[in-house]
Amino acid sequence: MGCEGCTNQLTESLYKKLEQFIDELPEKEGALIAVLHKAQSIFGHLPAEVQQFVAQKLNVPVAQVYGVVSFYSFFTMTPKGKNPISVCLGTACYVRGSDKVLQAFKEELGIEIGETTKDGLFSLDALRCVGACGLAPVVMIGDKVYGKITSKEQVKSILNEYR
Amino acid sequence: MAQVKVTIDGITLEVPKEYTVLEAAQKANIDIPTLCYLNLHETSMKSNKASCRVCVVEVEGRRNLAPACVTPITEGMVIKTNTMRVLKARKKIVELLLSDHPKDCLVCTKAGDCELQNLVEKFGIRNSSEINKGEQSTYPIDQSYSLIRDMDKCVMCRRCETMCNQVQSVGALAGVERGFKAIVGTAFNKPIMETVCTHCGQCVAVCPTGALTERENIDEVVKAIANPHKKVIVQVAPAVRVALGEDFDYPAGSIVTGKMVAALKQIGFDYVFDTDFAADVTIMEEGAELVSRIEKVLKRETDVKLPILTSCCPAWVNFYETQFTDLLDLPSTARSPQQIFGAIAKSYFSEKMNIPKEDMVVVSVMPCLAKKYEVERPEFNHDVDISISTRELARLIKQMNINFESLKEAEFDRPLGESSGAGIIFGTTGGVIEAAVRTAYEKITGESLEKIDFYELRGFEGVRTATVKAGDLEINIGIAHGLKNARMIMDEIRAGNPRNLHAIEVMACPGGCIGGAGQPYHHGDGEILQKRRQALYKDDVANEIRKSHENSEVIALYDTYLKTPISEKAHALLHTYYKAQERI
Repeated sequence: MGCEGCTNQLTESLYKKLEQFIDELPEKEGALIAVLHKAQSIFGHLPAEVQQFVAQKLNVPVAQVYGVVSFYSFFTMTPKGKNPISVCLGTACYVRGSDKVLQAFKEELGIEIGETTKDGLFSLDALRCVGACGLAPVVMIGDKVYGKITSKEQVKSILNEYR
Repeated sequence: MAQVKVTIDGITLEVPKEYTVLEAAQKANIDIPTLCYLNLHETSMKSNKASCRVCVVEVEGRRNLAPACVTPITEGMVIKTNTMRVLKARKKIVELLLSDHPKDCLVCTKAGDCELQNLVEKFGIRNSSEINKGEQSTYPIDQSYSLIRDMDKCVMCRRCETMCNQVQSVGALAGVERGFKAIVGTAFNKPIMETVCTHCGQCVAVCPTGALTERENIDEVVKAIANPHKKVIVQVAPAVRVALGEDFDYPAGSIVTGKMVAALKQIGFDYVFDTDFAADVTIMEEGAELVSRIEKVLKRETDVKLPILTSCCPAWVNFYETQFTDLLDLPSTARSPQQIFGAIAKSYFSEKMNIPKEDMVVVSVMPCLAKKYEVERPEFNHDVDISISTRELARLIKQMNINFESLKEAEFDRPLGESSGAGIIFGTTGGVIEAAVRTAYEKITGESLEKIDFYELRGFEGVRTATVKAGDLEINIGIAHGLKNARMIMDEIRAGNPRNLHAIEVMACPGGCIGGAGQPYHHGDGEILQKRRQALYKDDVANEIRKSHENSEVIALYDTYLKTPISEKAHALLHTYYKAQERI
């Protein structure tokens, strides 16, 4: 607390950055996806207010912006956790049981894919192949790769590194 | 136009080369079934997303079945629409749609008008085990005062999305999510009441299933009539009488005013009145406002602005309160005929008949769903208690065991049942402004208007302009129907009104109230709207009184009660105010 002003200032500068990007676009029509990419890279996620801002700037209905955001799994409306977890569900990992690994993370954290834990420490996502098939099944936390995860205990101990 | 030769089911014919397979087949009188496709000719409503695949056909030389609605024809194309393969495929498609569709058809509001159910019947789908397997998606029911969204019944044809965005430019609805979870939804799945929805209901008018329906208020009407302590008064809008017959198998464009009034009396309404009367009062108020604004602008007084915008259409009011909040000083402050009627019924009529307004129930029959929203606006204090649509009136008549066709024609009660031809044409695009001009002309020039028909104001193009001469004064008039057309004209006003328009009429629905969302379903037949429109003009000519200010009951109302248009009393009772609505 006590830092509400600075958060607002921070948010304001993020909006400015996005606005500048939009204003510099040669053509606004058809730019929605590119703008959303930019917005997500700036804000980390796409909360309703950011979507409303984009809609207003591009002169498209908010419902349409939300339609695009909800269609592509890349876009997310929930902020990522401090430690974003990605479980690989690519072919190699999958045949080696990564679905069970994913399940273990879900149970351990009490969240579903695309969600973030209440304490903001972890968020959970699935992805398709990180190019480390020799280590299957593979999990990434932030930039760090964990390979050959086969037990619930392993999942617990990995999470404990960050707790 | 360049022609190409195609053969469909053995019939060879020449058609314009821009045609799709579907259009070519229609020319050959071959009825390829469709579901998501809808082309309301002469309006901008054309939806061909090819999402349902019900219209698939076999094209010689092609491996896959082709959706007829989007497949362009080519020279020498050979098409088969009824092979075993086609019949099997489209049956399977409908079975798959049904597998994720509720099976409560018996009690569905759309029963009898459901295009999906019609296909089931047409294709002879009998195998219920096929349609009962698979997962069923469920969504919470969302409703406004006007409409109900039951997305369990959505087949993703996306007609509503096309209507809401391409035709109305409202943008409340869009396709959201993907795969099995995909649905036509609102921004952030917010309740429709929190969105920019204008409640025009055109999504309901084009929905093939029960996913979008009106909020029914029939039971409340029945309850009011059954209450011996209540005097129940009904008003009927102009566009209702030229469409109601369709729900009793009359051809489109039949004028059934007499039978409709008889039916309402038989249902048990104590007084059967005409919204046309209130339309005439609207013209007295709006016309006076127009003349006063023009005079003031000519005198360079700066407290008023032009153009004046009509304010009869509740969806249009919702539209400018959400989308043109910087121009809220332009619309006429006159209430809509529905609300003017309500206000007069609960003041003038109540006093005259010595019926306390607390003991009155005012019901309106409207071609419209936005009127249901309008009656709930707090500023109107429930002057009108219940609003039902044309379709609901048809249902009510049937529920009351009335044989409509055999009814002896009856007349509206007095005093609020007298109307002019000007009030009648309120139901079509161009009609309100023509009615206003008939009165304004005489007020401005002091002369009697001989040429009553202003053909230059009639027509069906989305945006029309015309200049009408009243003595030395030239009044530039704009007309728009469909909210996207209204947006175009409003953008022009915002940009400085380069065409110097003085008065603009807007109706939210394509064609005006005749195409209202409460009317019997047109199922994509644009011809029906034209016939209803012609019927209104015919009814106008049949009326001896064709100018609002010559309506004798309107004259009596002003003489004995309101004094003059835009008097203090008229203002308090018959005018309103607008405020910006923050919606997403």
